[in-house]
Amino acid sequence: MIGRPGQIPDATTPTLPDVEEGELVERLRKGDEDAFAVLVERYHTQMVRLARTFVPSRSVAEEVVQDTWVGIIKGIGTFEERSSLRTWMFRILVNQARKTGVRERRAVAVDDLGVDLPERFAADGSWSSPPVPWTDDVVDQLFASAMAEPLRIAIEALPTNLCRVVTLRDLEGLSAREVCDVLGLTEANQRVLLHRARRQLRRIIEHEIGEG
Amino acid sequence: MRILNRDMVCREAVGLVTDYLDDALPRRARRRFEVHLRNCPNCSRYLEQIRITIDTVGHIEPDTLDPEVKDELIDLYRRFHEE
Repeated sequence: MIGRPGQIPDATTPTLPDVEEGELVERLRKGDEDAFAVLVERYHTQMVRLARTFVPSRSVAEEVVQDTWVGIIKGIGTFEERSSLRTWMFRILVNQARKTGVRERRAVAVDDLGVDLPERFAADGSWSSPPVPWTDDVVDQLFASAMAEPLRIAIEALPTNLCRVVTLRDLEGLSAREVCDVLGLTEANQRVLLHRARRQLRRIIEHEIGEG
Repeated sequence: MRILNRDMVCREAVGLVTDYLDDALPRRARRRFEVHLRNCPNCSRYLEQIRITIDTVGHIEPDTLDPEVKDELIDLYRRFHEE
């Protein structure tokens, strides 16, 4: 049902999963449903995941994402391609989530984060309890699904601003600049939050390994 | 482990790991950080474990898309373009 000029049609993948972004945007503006399906497949669950960092329940997150889709459909004609499509969509989502005015989860002020947890270091600044080695076996197991659940829970339990930054950077793979763009952070603050989040997640893994 | 006061201590090195990975350290600080790491197996291990942590988090799969939700959204898109 869609023309692919200059390309051999591929009957097995009517949803064009690998279509390049500029072309996708072009098709979206013309009302191409297959292009829209690609967008939904690529980003819907990511958006729910991001929305969850703003609102207290899954169902509210789904509503926020639904409203975000309306914004995307209406706004795609004005998308100027100064940022990536995904960054633009995520920004709409963040605005939408903030507009819902539901109870926000706990955030921490960047100034309150501290530099390091004191118990880890001796008075001279050297390690008092150095990191225990992770063997290759353990590292291989990390990528197995067993670690996903504890990490998912740990990420959700992080203070909201840490949770958002690490979700966008390390789960979704946005660049530092894109994260700043989506969340309205300075690069320095973004790094402080990310640093804190990663440290906590490393400790979660350490803990899980210790239990195993 | 500490040699001179001017050397970077572990506490400081650990605090710079994210800046280092994001290539956000000024050249001098970066050099001091790298010198410290060369001489400190604990901090090297820490950096390695942070890298593994990032990788592990990156492997967490998003939920699968509910086909009903997908159809509803495509419906929404269709209605908008029919108007």
